[in-house]
Amino acid sequence: MKELLPQMDKITSRYEHKRAALLPVLHLVQEKEGLISPESEKEIAEYLGIPVVHVHEVVSFYHLFWQKPKGKCHFSVCQTTSCALLGGEEIIEHIQKRLGIKPGGTTPDGKFSLDVVECLGACEIAPMMQCNKEYVGFLNKKKIDELIEQNL
Amino acid sequence: MQKIVTRHFNQPDSHRLDFYLKDKGYEGARKALTQMTPAQVIDEIKKSNLRGLGGAGFATGMKWSFIPKDNPKPKYLVVNADEGEPGTFKDKYILEQDPHALLEGIIVTCYAIGSHKAYVYIRGEYLKSIERLQGAIDEAYKQGFLGKGIMGTSFDLDVVVHQGAGAYICGEETALLESLEGKKGFPRLKPPFPAVVGLFGCPTVINNVETLACVPPILVNGSEWFAKLGCEKNGGNRIFCVSGHVREPGIYELPAGTTLREIIYEHAGGIREGHQLKAVIPGGISAAVLTANEIDVKMDFDSLKAIGSMAGSGGIIVMDETTCLVWAAMVAARFFAHESCGQCSPCREGSGWVYRNVKRIYDGEGHPLDLQNLPGIVGNIGGNTICAFGDAVTMAVGSYVQKFRSEFESHIKEKKCDLTLNYAKTNH
Repeated sequence: MKELLPQMDKITSRYEHKRAALLPVLHLVQEKEGLISPESEKEIAEYLGIPVVHVHEVVSFYHLFWQKPKGKCHFSVCQTTSCALLGGEEIIEHIQKRLGIKPGGTTPDGKFSLDVVECLGACEIAPMMQCNKEYVGFLNKKKIDELIEQNL
Repeated sequence: MQKIVTRHFNQPDSHRLDFYLKDKGYEGARKALTQMTPAQVIDEIKKSNLRGLGGAGFATGMKWSFIPKDNPKPKYLVVNADEGEPGTFKDKYILEQDPHALLEGIIVTCYAIGSHKAYVYIRGEYLKSIERLQGAIDEAYKQGFLGKGIMGTSFDLDVVVHQGAGAYICGEETALLESLEGKKGFPRLKPPFPAVVGLFGCPTVINNVETLACVPPILVNGSEWFAKLGCEKNGGNRIFCVSGHVREPGIYELPAGTTLREIIYEHAGGIREGHQLKAVIPGGISAAVLTANEIDVKMDFDSLKAIGSMAGSGGIIVMDETTCLVWAAMVAARFFAHESCGQCSPCREGSGWVYRNVKRIYDGEGHPLDLQNLPGIVGNIGGNTICAFGDAVTMAVGSYVQKFRSEFESHIKEKKCDLTLNYAKTNH
């Protein structure tokens, strides 16, 4: 984590209180390492001058901080009302069948992972998911199969 | 009909400063900083009848006036860009396609409340929004619209973008403050209100993205113009988000007093061919569901409150006759159970209990006692919690039981669901 220190200092300088930099620092570390490990939690706690448990409770509270790495291609599929009205349940079922994993799981080769999430704020393109950094909408079984093919 | 907050949308490079400057860009801010006192700015916003467009509909000018003038602590403006209310997707468009409108609104607001620091809390998944807003902020600093002595005045202002991390509850203003301070999103007890004790214990105003984007046009065109566009006590237009079983889901900017019927049938393409409207959620998942008979309601805050629902975030979710309302109640209950922060026992335990109860009924395993107990279980969460999330569970999930009780009864009696999601099944 030492090589991230200059960026962490830059982030921290924007806030009136150091602890407020915790979420952006966690995003920075996870972007580089793919997860927040117990070691990272200790180092971040020391850097910010707060107890490790306060870092851990934040990591475990927020959905976007991962304690285990996700697949190279991570699907976050929405299951809330608008997407569900337009076939979201079938999409989730299809992905599970095609990849052989359950929500929260990762394929053994580390290529794909799946999370089922609540509203992502893109109901106008329902049913939709977030695939790594992109929002992908108007999903159907064919589009899912294509996405999986592209990322094999 | 005159478009205000969406007037720049769908045009190439609308997010850039050179585009924004061509349409009276930053003139509202300049007028406020050089020709008006902070008190005059607050007064103008009060007269415009601008109401908070994140969900609560609180009068914006009145909120700003709660900042104590004689308090020596620094003041903060916090922008709530944690758009998470299911059915809502409007702020995303402002952030991606007109970020300078938000920045100009931030400048005016900070001047009005005496703040020199604004934080924009954007939900963690809105990566393009974060990128676009940061780009606009960088342009604004370069141009001297942010930083030390902005626009040739002695007013300093800094704006920081803060990325959220996937928690619906952080859209609640005090949970947002906790999250901004580097903690779990546990809402705070009110009073004290953020205007007195907010971010880092200092006087703070929290406003929604769309609310702030309305501010520059009000300064440029006048409060009377804005007030007249809407209806009594609810000025201006707002962006309605329509999704679900309509032909043309999307955002629609319309006067605040437009009827739900007009929005669905004259703007969003109506219900798909061969189907009929059955139910509508009018203002995000926290709003009480409406039946097809209730859609002549005007979509302003006071009219919807009068019929027992809410205008909320403007998120309209349309359901046709292929929808099982026990299923819809289950989806809503599941959302609340997942997103409960866990701080208050009635919500932490109650939201899970409600979900399991409704799911049992939907799966055909419900007992008559389940339906008998449900109103009490769901009804005892609201009013007994630190924040309005508990009230939302009660009002929203409770409304399905109240208005579609016969479907719950039939699931228990027949031990199955009469309807299937035909639309979904025929499209996959």
